[in-house]
Amino acid sequence: MLLLAALDGLAYGSLIFLVAVGLSLIFGVLGIINVAHGSFYAIGAYVAAAGVLAIGAMGLPAWLAFPFLLVAAALVGTVVGGLVEIVLLRRVYGKEEVLQLIVTFAVFMILEDAQKVVFGVQPYFANAPMNWLGTVEVFGIFYTKYQLILMPLVALAVLVGLRFFLRRTRFGRAIVAVTQDREAATAMGIDAARVYLITFIIGASLAALGGALASATTSLTPGIGAGTLVLSFAVAATAGLGRIEGAAVAALLIGLGRSAAVYFAPEFDVLIPYLIMMVVLLVRPQGLFSTVQTRKV
Amino acid sequence: MVRQLVLGAALLVALALFPLFSPWSTVILTVALCEGLAALGIMVLLRAGQVSFGHGLFFSFSAYAVAFMAAAKLGHEALILIPVATAASGLLAAIVGLFIVRYRAIFFGMLNLAISMVFFSLLEKLFSITGGADGKRVPRPTLAGMEFGREQFELWIFYITLGLCLVAALFVARYLASPGGKALEAIKSNETRLEYLGVSPRKVLFGAYLLSGLLAGLGGAVIALVSGHVTPELAYWVRSGEFVFIAILGGIGGVAGPFLGALMFQIIRGYAAVYAPETWHAVLGVMLLAIIFFAPAGLYGIATGSRRKEGGR
Repeated sequence: MLLLAALDGLAYGSLIFLVAVGLSLIFGVLGIINVAHGSFYAIGAYVAAAGVLAIGAMGLPAWLAFPFLLVAAALVGTVVGGLVEIVLLRRVYGKEEVLQLIVTFAVFMILEDAQKVVFGVQPYFANAPMNWLGTVEVFGIFYTKYQLILMPLVALAVLVGLRFFLRRTRFGRAIVAVTQDREAATAMGIDAARVYLITFIIGASLAALGGALASATTSLTPGIGAGTLVLSFAVAATAGLGRIEGAAVAALLIGLGRSAAVYFAPEFDVLIPYLIMMVVLLVRPQGLFSTVQTRKV
Repeated sequence: MVRQLVLGAALLVALALFPLFSPWSTVILTVALCEGLAALGIMVLLRAGQVSFGHGLFFSFSAYAVAFMAAAKLGHEALILIPVATAASGLLAAIVGLFIVRYRAIFFGMLNLAISMVFFSLLEKLFSITGGADGKRVPRPTLAGMEFGREQFELWIFYITLGLCLVAALFVARYLASPGGKALEAIKSNETRLEYLGVSPRKVLFGAYLLSGLLAGLGGAVIALVSGHVTPELAYWVRSGEFVFIAILGGIGGVAGPFLGALMFQIIRGYAAVYAPETWHAVLGVMLLAIIFFAPAGLYGIATGSRRKEGGR
């Protein structure tokens, strides 16, 4: 039981890490908490599931589903995320936080209904990729390779990749520069508007990637976006907003906490992330991994 | 100022006369008033630049308080149930407020959301106590010691609610004009300077939070009586989001705003249920964006012709 809970927690933690790190990245750079982030997750999941089902229906080889998960995430992040940034968010940078919150909240309401219209309200099952990979035996427990190996691996790759991107590549450094001092960065010839757009697209794609990966493990129903948003906010706030490595630790913490609750106190599994967040924020309002006045990203 | 009074008075008279012409509308109007009360609470917080995505907590707490008291035969009198349940949610707001006033902006909003969602899951999971997702039935109580038929009861409750709204609106208007209310606005514009003046922002915000909890609680108590049924949905984040929507739609420039917003919200809901039953949240979302970008002072701003930028930017 304990082991099973730990494995579940690992898979679950990897998933919410992807979503939370996107949320955290967007906040770190743009200074906006994107309430519509959960919708990117949900849309990513639906597009991936629809694609995987289509691949199955057309009789194409099953491994094609894996690259498609990535494609779906990038597609959703770029198209939906890009549109939201260009049309709406650009108008509210530097305005009151309340206003930014409400604008993204409105986007959230629109996207939630849009996905109901496009994908319907019937649950989607697209677990072909998970079955294709088969299972692996760990200490006498059979567990799917997809959840035990692929999902944590993707999360790890994102963590390392994001670190590398922000610290070592030219564009990543431009993002950090804009975050620290937008005016100075602009004076150095960095196109801040473009940095904002691309950061938002990356963040949205990460949420969609989380959704795409999740689509193989659960059935998709309307409303998954809302739950994921709150959960990923809990992770991001627990870690300290804008902290990328911290988000990984917090995601694991909350993932393990939640899966432990699923096995030992199933009535209260939804409560655990909120409780962890509340306790952390009460003790350390700035989050676990932030100092009070900290550099973001 | 004169315009505000005229607007408020016109709204009041229109509301008071409405049921005489269309008896079917009393329940809808009462529901609108209840949501208006909760949105008034949100408006108080918005004055301080804070937004709560969790006021469903106080709304539902008070509604369930009514349900439990009615079920336990503790009080079978509406005129007792309403104030006691409101006081109960005020107590809850005082407890939550003790620590939540330390947070601002997104943390304030999200902690409110978290607490209300914890309460929501408790309501849903503790089946033996709360009736789970089916909720609890609220038997129709007596009113001033008299038993009424359904329609009579609904009509009287409507007028009582209208009166309560008037008192609440006048009180909030008075509060916002008082030094405490001005200090509240200073939290939004510059909290540090407020501290330099020797005023504790936390104490100021605590007062506002208590008031907003009481207002949401009052709305919740009445809605439990008038709908005769309480469900965990009252605590769900969608509900809390609707309160924010109503406050923004109505505008936060004056106390009539949230009530205007609540009426408009009922109208939108009514039409959307007919023409766009699947996508009516999207309709709300689009309207919200339109208000923020094109009419940041809300309906209230349009009605009073004020172009001040209090509602939005």
